[in-house]
Amino acid sequence: MSVTAPTTLSPAQAARQERLSLLAKADPAQLTALWAGTGLAPAHADLRPPEIGTVMVRGRAGAVGAAFNLGEMTVTRCTLRLDGGAVGHGTVQGRDKGAARIVALIDALFEAGEGAALEDGVLAPLRATAEARRETRARKAAATRVEFFTMVRGEG
Amino acid sequence: MYVAVKGGERAIDNAHAWLAEERRGDTDIAELSLAQIREQLALAVNRVMAEGSLYDPDLAALAIKQARGDLIEAVFLIRAYRTTLPRFGASTPVDTGAMDCDRRISATFKDLPGGQILGPTFDYTHRLLDFALAAEGNTPESAPQAEADPKPKPHVTEFLAREDLIQPELPKAAAPVDLTEGRFVLPEMERRHQAGLFREETPRDLTREPLDLPSDRSLKLQALTRGDEGFVLSMAYSTQRGYGRNHPFVGELRVGRVPVEVDIPELGFAIEVGEVQLTECETVNQFLGSKSEPPQFTRGYGLVFGHSERKAISMALVDRAMRWEELGEDDTGAPAQDTEFVLYHCDNVQATGFLEHIKLPHYVDFQSELELIRRIRAEALAGKAAPQPEAAE
Repeated sequence: MSVTAPTTLSPAQAARQERLSLLAKADPAQLTALWAGTGLAPAHADLRPPEIGTVMVRGRAGAVGAAFNLGEMTVTRCTLRLDGGAVGHGTVQGRDKGAARIVALIDALFEAGEGAALEDGVLAPLRATAEARRETRARKAAATRVEFFTMVRGEG
Repeated sequence: MYVAVKGGERAIDNAHAWLAEERRGDTDIAELSLAQIREQLALAVNRVMAEGSLYDPDLAALAIKQARGDLIEAVFLIRAYRTTLPRFGASTPVDTGAMDCDRRISATFKDLPGGQILGPTFDYTHRLLDFALAAEGNTPESAPQAEADPKPKPHVTEFLAREDLIQPELPKAAAPVDLTEGRFVLPEMERRHQAGLFREETPRDLTREPLDLPSDRSLKLQALTRGDEGFVLSMAYSTQRGYGRNHPFVGELRVGRVPVEVDIPELGFAIEVGEVQLTECETVNQFLGSKSEPPQFTRGYGLVFGHSERKAISMALVDRAMRWEELGEDDTGAPAQDTEFVLYHCDNVQATGFLEHIKLPHYVDFQSELELIRRIRAEALAGKAAPQPEAAE
């Protein structure tokens, strides 16, 4: 995780940040399947129905200098309230409205203190998938690590 | 003046129907799926995302399919779609130093901390056509794996900066820092930045305001990263051939994925809303000093969506060429040093829009030109036959 954590973030906020960051990057098909597997369908009302938009991605000149606008990426967001009153916010990469709603529902369930079942049913498998994907790429990259040797001119 | 035409609706509809048929091609051959384009023509998808200035591989694949593989047409489709979407905000600048690198090489240091990683590269291939690919159904074996290296991969320019051998890069303050001019106050600026004592300037955005000159470096970098790969490549190549020579070394080239972090006001903190693949190139350029700057290395910077090395390196070279004024170098009159020329001509959607419009009906304009030419030609010929006396004036 590279999210900057202001010192003021409470443990509950830090957990929510990690959770939402994981869900935002999940493959929508896997997220949808895992959610369906929980059998949950909490009654809720939309505060902001799923909406597709963009976020301007910024970089820095020379990686550390002045910020500049690199280009946009698509995101979908959704905010809803469970009948019990808990509010959930979902943002996902891409244009899957269903996935944004699922993330908002998961966020709201955690806010309502009913997240425990989701930890094993949804979050753990997503975490495992993300980690395995990252690990595989890192292992393939490591296999292409190269040592160059400088030839001395005039030799051989 | 352009005068519009009307009519031709049926012919246009029929032309579009035929276009759809031609797009599909021979129906005995399986139709391309978006997933096939996304997975197997990934570099075309990357180019469309970079120049379309919208990171969404599925949309780029759709645009490529709709454009029959015409990548500039696909970029145009993506730009048009982008304008229909609301913008929710901007990310905090991505931290490329923490990138999960698929590839990371340096042409300046062979033993750099974190190591050199070739990654999936065309480099060192022999550029011989591989006829085995012409046969379908051969899935390549999985690539070999080795133990992953968790060590951080700091930027090469960081080592040079530690020795004060390279021109420093700092975030831009929203308000001028109340210090005397020049680079020798930079340590103090850095200290203030680290202490959170200055608010950072919001970078200007080409997509929200017309391109206005003089431009700052942020605006130039935005224009270059979404600029046409061919144009930026040629400009960069011209600097290598001597038109605004700036002696670049590829200090580092890295390709990998970084998370994109956005502040969510409803939550009161930032979350990662996604992950993007980026290619970053940092050049280290020879610089013997000028009236305002001591001898040191200087930098050019390229950062592009997707795996796009040619574009990232080109961007870094052109960025460096356009910095001549800031570094107190001479304007040699080279095209790549001409910011106005580069920025106004690097966008392929603008360029193709203006270029291709001239094939549309211009009957009235041309009619007036035709009449003009007829008249002055007749006058000229008549004049030759019987010269008018000067007194006619």
